[in-house]
Amino acid sequence: MSDHDPYPASAHPTDAVIDARDLVKQFQGVSAVAGMSLRLGTGEMIGLIGPNGAGKTTLFNLIAGSLKPTSGEIWIGGREVSQESPERRIGRGVGRTFQIPRPFPEMTVLENVLTGAQGQHGEGLLANFLRPGRVRAEQKLAIDKARALLDFVTLSPLEHQPARILSGGQRKLLELARILMADPRAILLDEPAAGVNPALLETIMERVVELNREGRAILLIEHNMDMVSRLCTRVVAMALGQPLAEGTPAQVASNPAVIEAYLGGAA
Amino acid sequence: MSLDLISYAAFFLTMALTYAVMCLGLNIQWGQTGLFNVGIAAFVAIGAYASAILTTPDAPDRLGGFDLPIAVGWLGGALAAGLAAWFVGALTIRLRADYLAIATFGVAVSVQLCVLNIQPLTGGAFGIGFIPRPFNSLAGDPLAFGLANLALMAGLVLVLYLALQHLAKSPWGRVLRAIREDEVAAQALGKRPVRFRLQAFTIGGAIMGLAGAAQGHFIGFIAPDNYLPILTFQVWAMLIVGGSGNNRGAIIGAILVWGIWALSAAAVSAFVPPEQQARAAALQIVMIGVGLCLILLLRPRGLIGESRSLLSTRKSRKP
Repeated sequence: MSDHDPYPASAHPTDAVIDARDLVKQFQGVSAVAGMSLRLGTGEMIGLIGPNGAGKTTLFNLIAGSLKPTSGEIWIGGREVSQESPERRIGRGVGRTFQIPRPFPEMTVLENVLTGAQGQHGEGLLANFLRPGRVRAEQKLAIDKARALLDFVTLSPLEHQPARILSGGQRKLLELARILMADPRAILLDEPAAGVNPALLETIMERVVELNREGRAILLIEHNMDMVSRLCTRVVAMALGQPLAEGTPAQVASNPAVIEAYLGGAA
Repeated sequence: MSLDLISYAAFFLTMALTYAVMCLGLNIQWGQTGLFNVGIAAFVAIGAYASAILTTPDAPDRLGGFDLPIAVGWLGGALAAGLAAWFVGALTIRLRADYLAIATFGVAVSVQLCVLNIQPLTGGAFGIGFIPRPFNSLAGDPLAFGLANLALMAGLVLVLYLALQHLAKSPWGRVLRAIREDEVAAQALGKRPVRFRLQAFTIGGAIMGLAGAAQGHFIGFIAPDNYLPILTFQVWAMLIVGGSGNNRGAIIGAILVWGIWALSAAAVSAFVPPEQQARAAALQIVMIGVGLCLILLLRPRGLIGESRSLLSTRKSRKP
């Protein structure tokens, strides 16, 4: 894994999948995000770093639709979506994971992944009675796809187990498989390395690289600078809700303002 | 076994199955979707009264009856309760579980007070009598009458069970459980929680209304006192004992808890002096409460917990 090319050819963006412009998010007058812009190109992998309280997760939640911006705009695939509800994001081709994984604990691993399937007629109440053949056929295709994804994230042996028994790292892999069911063009990964043992972390990184090589854009929030350096072509550093620095991982890591922020000066 | 005993068993099981239908309605709301409905009695009452108004003979002192066939009454009862559930759900379904419980409890109390006081519609405290009973032509033969009604209710429960199992295994049922487990995660996967929660609440309410209609027709008389909060408590106890999230558990829980309820009533009348029996009736609630505590301590998921997977995929897994 360590000798792979961290800068795949597809990582040179030609057009933006996600374009966040001058985003501001205030909570009772306090700005968690104060004028951030971020452009994620097709096939690009960007690392978003910053000390705790920098506003990374708030920015992430704005892009994912979980929060509405106080001002500014979010464009996805050339469409302005700032005020759209979060459930529409995945249909626009943007999938997200959570900092603390959120599996459906009492459902099996396979069912968890199946929940990510989009456009299933069987999710309509009446179709289950009026068009059972179509629902069955779609369900079969979805199960085949879900199993392929479980193979991809190395969770196949656990497909019939309830998700609650999974370890932290396995849950992160499960979340990844779950959003891949929707074939997103862009994936928002919130601290995929947090609390994960080194062996699983390697698996996660390998899978992320593979997804990026397939042409999927990836926005990665991560404190693990080693991981960010190995995966990302471009890094954006935030502090106090604002952009602090941007460039290659090496440029950002050596930026005095970034070092100062991480040592406690800015945040 | 004497014929009287068989007749009683048929009566007991038929009543238990009417509660099983209510339980199936609650299971889709709570067991599968996590909707904390504490207003079950309201939807049962609406179904019962709607069906009674539709099917009873013309009554000069109140609206209706329209003397329609019993099947129309059942459908009308389910439809009326479903519409009421949709309306209540549209107003309250965004509430968090505890607030939804308070809101639905308020609805139940309001509906009970309405049926008690809107005399021109509901007959007030006197209720509605002469509700046509299925197989009434067999009333002269208690055994045949009891068995015919039991067969009808068993058929209804079977049809509902199969339909609800079909839904529980479907992608629709999977989304309900995902929303129950983690609404935010389900939303991030493109599911619209409000839409699915409202559908589940409406269907559950309609099923409760159907149960109310069926029970009203079986007994032949309904009154506001039938729809006090104790009914909601009973149905909740049935589902928890049987196994929340499991349709078979809902049916078994209903029969078991109704059995305890009926047996405790018999025990009270057998062992308590007549002048104390009204007070001693409270022991029934105590017994159900103790039973609930025991189940929660010993088998927190009920007698039959929710199936781990509702997918039938094990056999189709290729090597």
